[in-house]
Amino acid sequence: MLNQSLKLNTKIFNNDVEKISTRQGFGEGLLKLGEKNENIMALCADLTESTKMNLFAERFPERFIEVGVAEQNMAAVASGIASMGKIPFIASYGIFSPGRNWEQIRTTICYNNQPVKIIGSHAGTSVGPDGGSHQSFEDIAITRVIPNMVVISPCDYNEAKRATIACAKTKDPTYIRLARNDTPVITTEETPFEIGKSQIVFTPEVGLAHVGIVATGPILYKAIRAAHELEKNGIKVKVMNLSTIKPLDVEGLISLARETRAIVTVENHQIAGGMGSAVAECLAENYITPIEFVGIQDKFGQSGTPEELEKNYGIDTADIVEKVNKVLIRRKI
Amino acid sequence: MESLNDEKIKELKIIANDIRKSIIEMLYSASSGHTAGALGMADIFTLLYFHVLKHDPKNPLWPSRDRLVLSNGHICPVLYATMAKAGYFPIKELDTLRKFNSRLQGHPHREFLPFMETSSGPLGSGLSQAVGMAIADKIYGGNKTIYAIISDGELNEGNTWEAIMLAYKEKLSNLIIIVDRNNIQIGGNTEKVMPLFDLKDKFKSFNCFAEEVDGHNFWEINNAIFKAKGNKGAPTFIIAHTIPGKGVKEWENDYRWHGKAPNKKEAEMALAELDNNK
Repeated sequence: MLNQSLKLNTKIFNNDVEKISTRQGFGEGLLKLGEKNENIMALCADLTESTKMNLFAERFPERFIEVGVAEQNMAAVASGIASMGKIPFIASYGIFSPGRNWEQIRTTICYNNQPVKIIGSHAGTSVGPDGGSHQSFEDIAITRVIPNMVVISPCDYNEAKRATIACAKTKDPTYIRLARNDTPVITTEETPFEIGKSQIVFTPEVGLAHVGIVATGPILYKAIRAAHELEKNGIKVKVMNLSTIKPLDVEGLISLARETRAIVTVENHQIAGGMGSAVAECLAENYITPIEFVGIQDKFGQSGTPEELEKNYGIDTADIVEKVNKVLIRRKI
Repeated sequence: MESLNDEKIKELKIIANDIRKSIIEMLYSASSGHTAGALGMADIFTLLYFHVLKHDPKNPLWPSRDRLVLSNGHICPVLYATMAKAGYFPIKELDTLRKFNSRLQGHPHREFLPFMETSSGPLGSGLSQAVGMAIADKIYGGNKTIYAIISDGELNEGNTWEAIMLAYKEKLSNLIIIVDRNNIQIGGNTEKVMPLFDLKDKFKSFNCFAEEVDGHNFWEINNAIFKAKGNKGAPTFIIAHTIPGKGVKEWENDYRWHGKAPNKKEAEMALAELDNNK
């Protein structure tokens, strides 16, 4: 059942569940920030509307810089702006930022420890028909490896908005991973949010869980649906929303692993280096637990709807159910 | 900014000579590092830190200070030696260059030495950072001058040209870029590695102001900076023709000194030559 102490969207299992993109949540969050804090600046590499940075740009044109299609410059310019005491947000598609400009992010932002907020939209399969060139399956890996960086992958519109607002209050370089497509609204405005804190969004009605599913990003919805199905078959599941991938909620993960002794990680990203890898690193060190990984399996994407891609690349609800059954067998051995 | 006079120039020459000596001593002590570019830029750093910059070594993070971004971080021995001479930290500390736990990292790292405006080393992104500083200062009305020091070799990096386009677009007349035009990079002559041709033409074609100066002539550099400060609507490039290895005859214009440090014998020879300049 849904963990109602988190005040989640109760209509989540309805066919007409409300769907809004996480990029929309970012755009609205940034606008709100701009109204409250005059030190907020925004830079974009010619994708202002796509990333929803246009909401800020139209309202505060004097604090918005269009840098052109030049992501490397955008990152380093933002570092310079941050060094003057401002809080710049830079937006593009994840494949270009932090993809194209990784070294500038590493050296000018993270090595200098400047509070630049990097917004990578259209991540994972969400950019669908644009094809494999634009589908960022690697951005979590390349950001979480950089010291000083905070990495957040919001599960829905509300969380994206909250993460945007929350990250401006910290001095940390931060990467926020967003999706293009409209995805189910899982949380509400009343759902608590704190950077670095995981949440158990789905729990068994009674007793301990047999398996823990850890998901990040909008694919959390599929994890919840899988848990809902499994519950009907008598398998007790806890689902964790791990929206902050770095710093990792080590305590929360150990607690889930201790209870379930079987974990499945779920992400719209390469398995190598992604959120599942971060969970595996943590549990290998702290509480050895069998883990199954749902994610992209060392492949590039292709054109198709997000739904088609998710089905064909093994990151659909059915794949989560399958991995849960698999990890339960390993758990019993 | 005061105007120069003969007496001031005499004083600057002595300081520059001392800085060159420090550069050689610290590179010898470190037994690795970049000699040619550091020696070549000693006069420009001297003029900036002892005449041009609005700064306060006793209050290094003074919010109203001008900003100086060193993009080609490998010439940091000249930055460190100049900052020490100006009073940011003890000259004795220069001996720690490139050693474990030193504030004077092989390439500048601001977390170790916060008096610097940025970390650098990977080429081609310093100008972007200076552009960011100039944008923020312009929007928030700070009235500072932002100086970027870049090398000719790093103009190979596309990132630099992205920064130049934006600097013009944002009409950053508070930005002055000094290009160390020494014609060498690690693999040889710049025109052989990747031809740059006429830089003045290039910068002008990007709608920026551009001047050429002798990078060892205090008068010329100072006049160019003074003129740049009066320019409106675009940043100014000062192309400073410098001699890599300047001050040590045997090393001058020899690209092999780009990325190596002197041994004992070479250091002693160089220091003796510089002592003769007194």
